[in-house]
Amino acid sequence: MQADYFEKKKRSTRLFLAILGVVTVISIIITEYNVVKGFSSLPKAVEWGLANFYPTQESLTKLPAILDKLIETLLVSIAATTTGAVMALLFAILGSNTTRVNAFFGSISRGIATIFRNIDVAAWAMILLFSFGQSSLTGYFALFFGSFGFLTRAFVETIDEVSGSSVEALQATGAGYFSIIFQSVIPSSLPQMISWILFMIETNIRSATLIGLLTGSGIGFTFNLYYKSLNYDVASLVVVVIIVAILFIESVSNYVRRAVL
Amino acid sequence: MTALLEVNHVSKQFGSDTKALSDVNFSVNEGEFVSIIGPSGAGKSTLLRCINRMIDATSGEIIFDNMNVMNLKKKDLKKVRTKIGMIFQHYNLVNRLSVIENTLHGNLGKKSTLAGVLGLYSQEEKEQAVNILHVLGLDEHIYKRADQLSGGQKQRVGIARALIQDPRMLLCDEPIASLDPNSAKIIMDHLRNISTKLGITVLVNLHQVDVALKYSDKIIGVNHGQVVYNGSPKDITKEDIQLIYGSEAEDLIFDVGGIHAS
Amino acid sequence: MEANEQLTSAKQLLDPQLQKKIRIKTLTKSSVVIRSTLIILALLSIYAFISFDYKQLDVGEAVLSTFANLKAMFLEPHLKHFTFTHALYQVFVTLGLAFLTTLFGAIIAVFLGLLAAENLTNKRVSSMIKGSVAFIRAVPTVLWVLIFAVAAGLGSVAAVIGMTFHSVSYLVKAYSESFEELDNGVIEALQASGANWWQIIFQAVIPSSLTYMISWTFLRFEINFAVAIAMGAAAGAGGIGFDMFMASNFYLDIREIGAITYFVLAIAILLEMVAIRFKKKLKVNG
Ligand SMILES: Nc1ncnc2c1ncn2[C@@H]1O[C@H](COP(=O)(O)OP(=O)(O)OP(=O)(O)O)[C@@H](O)[C@H]1O
Ligand SMILES: [Mg+2]
Repeated sequence: MQADYFEKKKRSTRLFLAILGVVTVISIIITEYNVVKGFSSLPKAVEWGLANFYPTQESLTKLPAILDKLIETLLVSIAATTTGAVMALLFAILGSNTTRVNAFFGSISRGIATIFRNIDVAAWAMILLFSFGQSSLTGYFALFFGSFGFLTRAFVETIDEVSGSSVEALQATGAGYFSIIFQSVIPSSLPQMISWILFMIETNIRSATLIGLLTGSGIGFTFNLYYKSLNYDVASLVVVVIIVAILFIESVSNYVRRAVL
Repeated sequence: MTALLEVNHVSKQFGSDTKALSDVNFSVNEGEFVSIIGPSGAGKSTLLRCINRMIDATSGEIIFDNMNVMNLKKKDLKKVRTKIGMIFQHYNLVNRLSVIENTLHGNLGKKSTLAGVLGLYSQEEKEQAVNILHVLGLDEHIYKRADQLSGGQKQRVGIARALIQDPRMLLCDEPIASLDPNSAKIIMDHLRNISTKLGITVLVNLHQVDVALKYSDKIIGVNHGQVVYNGSPKDITKEDIQLIYGSEAEDLIFDVGGIHAS
Repeated sequence: MEANEQLTSAKQLLDPQLQKKIRIKTLTKSSVVIRSTLIILALLSIYAFISFDYKQLDVGEAVLSTFANLKAMFLEPHLKHFTFTHALYQVFVTLGLAFLTTLFGAIIAVFLGLLAAENLTNKRVSSMIKGSVAFIRAVPTVLWVLIFAVAAGLGSVAAVIGMTFHSVSYLVKAYSESFEELDNGVIEALQASGANWWQIIFQAVIPSSLTYMISWTFLRFEINFAVAIAMGAAAGAGGIGFDMFMASNFYLDIREIGAITYFVLAIAILLEMVAIRFKKKLKVNG
């Protein structure tokens, strides 16, 4: 009996490891990943980074221009998140099992959000590039669509989690649909929703850099410019600026989270 | 005395194979305090929720205040619901709002959509809320957030929310199941007072047979979705208890004579 | 009603102070912060729309043409420059990238996660690792990839290393938090029986956090699939992302993007469904 149990456990562990090994080998082959090069290039990269990838005195002259682009990127991220959140709230209320008007609209609104969420922002950027060119709106809409999709799912979960019971209570008092939404659903889910919005802003700033690279705008474009022209000192300054910005926003949102939740 | 509530031949089917209620009949008089007892899964919660149509019964007739609740349109249903307060095992308060806001929620059913959305309440309503909270002994907690209260206090807020509706009847689904004996007694005393002094009809689902026998004017015993006992707590016998809870429960249920003595 | 009479009589008992205007909203720190956060975000968004670099764009026209593009994309998808099997193969390349980076990330993150869990090491080591991990996370993945590409050349090697960096930082946070949730009593009990650190890790810590770890790892795999597409497009990592980039920037073929998007959507939605399963498990066990 006991021996059996351990034997079985051992066997399933072995099977799991074998499958993992096989998938790993297949992955290495099809991605043409060179394992040796992978390991050897790590120290090389560190060595190169220490020798070249740091801001110099001269690169600091570019700082004002970089900050300009950083602010543009931050604003795009924030605007996309807040407008995406408003739309997500609408869809989440329609899509949540607690607050939906009926099952049909519920599935429709969740389905729409699923599609938007699962098309990556990079893909949205490439699609939007056709019509919006290199304006800020390309990045804005790409992030807006992604945020809308992600936040809808997060908000639906939040609503179902926190407001189910009080919604039932207000229905029992005969309260109308909108009264229930505004007096019960929103007050109880708002803190959690704000936490998700702040998380989304952080994520969007990182994605905005990527979109900037693809579409030639914002801080991503600035990085690309200096990176491609081998001005690694300025490129590294861009990275430092991004790191500072993201860590700053992270600490602000941690503060808000602690105060709010 | 006239019947405020009549439940006639009510059945409820969940899906294709769960029959939660089958042919339930009883009536409740104005001002009566009625306890519904029965084992887990007997259909007590379902029965209570059918009365204010939180759940739609499959068939039968529910007459409340001379109106058949089952046929009501959405708007009329809401109107009936404003006359029926409901109290829950887990209180179902909006945790992040204050005690007084939660209490005032009982008035939402009578408000226009706009006033409800904005949470606009008249001075009179606010005064009434303060009074009710005073009667329930919650003066010190009026501005506390609901999640900072103890279970017993939360349940009193739940009662306040129901009372501000100025209801004809209260439906209470296991109001004391999550409370310690002391808080449970306070809640049951309040409910009994509401029935005796304010003349509000009270219907309570209970798991504590002794409590049910002590407080009620009438006991309805439910098992497997059917009413198996309907009568005064004084007349209940050991056999009735066995019928309600099943014969295996024999050892669990203490001597009925002892209950009546206490 | 009788009830009302009762209540009016109760009113007379109250002290006169209550007769004055009764407020119902209370100002707590939480509500103040919520309100100011919302106001600040709204103001910043408005300012953003004013200051956007519109580049003489006719917004209405652009929106309309985007609708037309979306319609062409989703309703008339086709593959012209790639074959179906090629696209399918590239999807697997992208999945392979996601798999490798998740696997490497998970292996490294287990060790770092153990060191980062406060209850398993000490506060100094823990905060040091958590700090460096936060630093790594702050740099967008694409920048890591591009930085490594200088040393390793553009391609899967740089992509795998760069994406692994990010996976490590994400998973260390997730793992160490689930290790920290372990009941201290369990560790104490094993220590009392004379078990050493490694024995405690492998007999108590990892087995009890395993479901969490698997769920988080899968969530990261889902994220890495999306990241791998983006890296294909922006950093020459290959896979379906690169084809998408070609379709968009070189062939300018919106219908081909549509076809590729369908491939990506199918896999992504599949992964999401599995991830939701895992997440439910997380909740049941948590
Ligand atoms: N929404 C539902 N869908 C399907 N079946 C349900 C639903 N609600 C209740 N039931 C079933 O109906 C039966 C009666 O449930 P009900 O909740 O009314 O019992 P109860 O007497 O209140 O039990 P308890 O004392 O545990 O609260 C049970 O078999 C239950 O599984
Ligand atoms: Mg019940």
